[in-house]
Amino acid sequence: MPDQQWPLYEVFLRGKRGLNHVHAGSLHAADAPMALRHARDLYCRREEGVSIWVVPSAEITASSPEEKDPFFAPAGDKPYRHPTFYDLPGDVPHM
Amino acid sequence: MTTADDGAALARYCLALGDDALIYSHRLTEWMTRLPELEEETAVANIALDLLGQARMLLTRAGAILGRSEDDLAFFRAGHEFRNVRLAEHGDRDFAELVVRLLLFSVWRLALLEKLAGAPDPGLAAIAAKGVNEVAYHRDYAARWVMRLGDGTALSHVKAQAALSALWPLTGELFRPDPDAPFALDRAETDPVLDAVLSAATLARPQTAQLGEVSGRAGRDGVHTEAMGSILAELQSVARAHPGATW
Repeated sequence: MPDQQWPLYEVFLRGKRGLNHVHAGSLHAADAPMALRHARDLYCRREEGVSIWVVPSAEITASSPEEKDPFFAPAGDKPYRHPTFYDLPGDVPHM
Repeated sequence: MTTADDGAALARYCLALGDDALIYSHRLTEWMTRLPELEEETAVANIALDLLGQARMLLTRAGAILGRSEDDLAFFRAGHEFRNVRLAEHGDRDFAELVVRLLLFSVWRLALLEKLAGAPDPGLAAIAAKGVNEVAYHRDYAARWVMRLGDGTALSHVKAQAALSALWPLTGELFRPDPDAPFALDRAETDPVLDAVLSAATLARPQTAQLGEVSGRAGRDGVHTEAMGSILAELQSVARAHPGATW
């Protein structure tokens, strides 16, 4: 029998109080409906989530570690990129 | 008001449903480390744990009437005192049997629990209501796999049909009239769901004869298959070697 593995899916969960789906991990499944059920069994057994997304890992385009510096480095020494030049009213929440 | 007779019938009935769950849970647990995919193993382990939880509550409810603890009932009864249907004790020979048996069992048990959520005994009603969500998922899991195998490759179809034919004789017992049951469940009530899954799975409903009873007695009367001895030997050996042990 050929050694075939099911494709990999990435799992994103939205917690009860959270606003956004957060990456929880990955799993193997034959298709997306099966991936949803596996995600429920692997990541949601303790009421961690109220909503699940599954995405084929192959569909994710990721930045490359080798390009890290050109991609992410320049911001630190360019203070004009940081919104720090205005006064924030004291009663603005969530800042 | 509950009479003594009602209490005895309720205890017998809770024991029957509890034993179904306990023995089925044990049979599923035997699959651990043997399933083809890690993800399926987690799914089956979760189902086994759900059933174990139902068994604990049902044996506790029965034990409250009988004056025995759940452990006492699970570990210190002999084979002929177990009231589970013989479908629960069947040892699955392959993954097709695992999912087909789970489908047959879950379709029946879900229909039963949905009725029992309105049982006169509030304890049994609450246990049944909690079980409905769990068994609905078990049924969904099993149905998806049965459709996947039945409507899959030529080989998976053959294996799924063989599993269905092998297990079919054990289904008649599920619908025997039970004088202890607060509600009757007729086979015709579960047929629409089962037939819908079998049809989507391109599987033929078997016409094979049902497993015989022994002088009119079956699993609910303590008449079991040969497998029951080895199941109980494994299930009970630790508790019997170390009575009262805790960890």
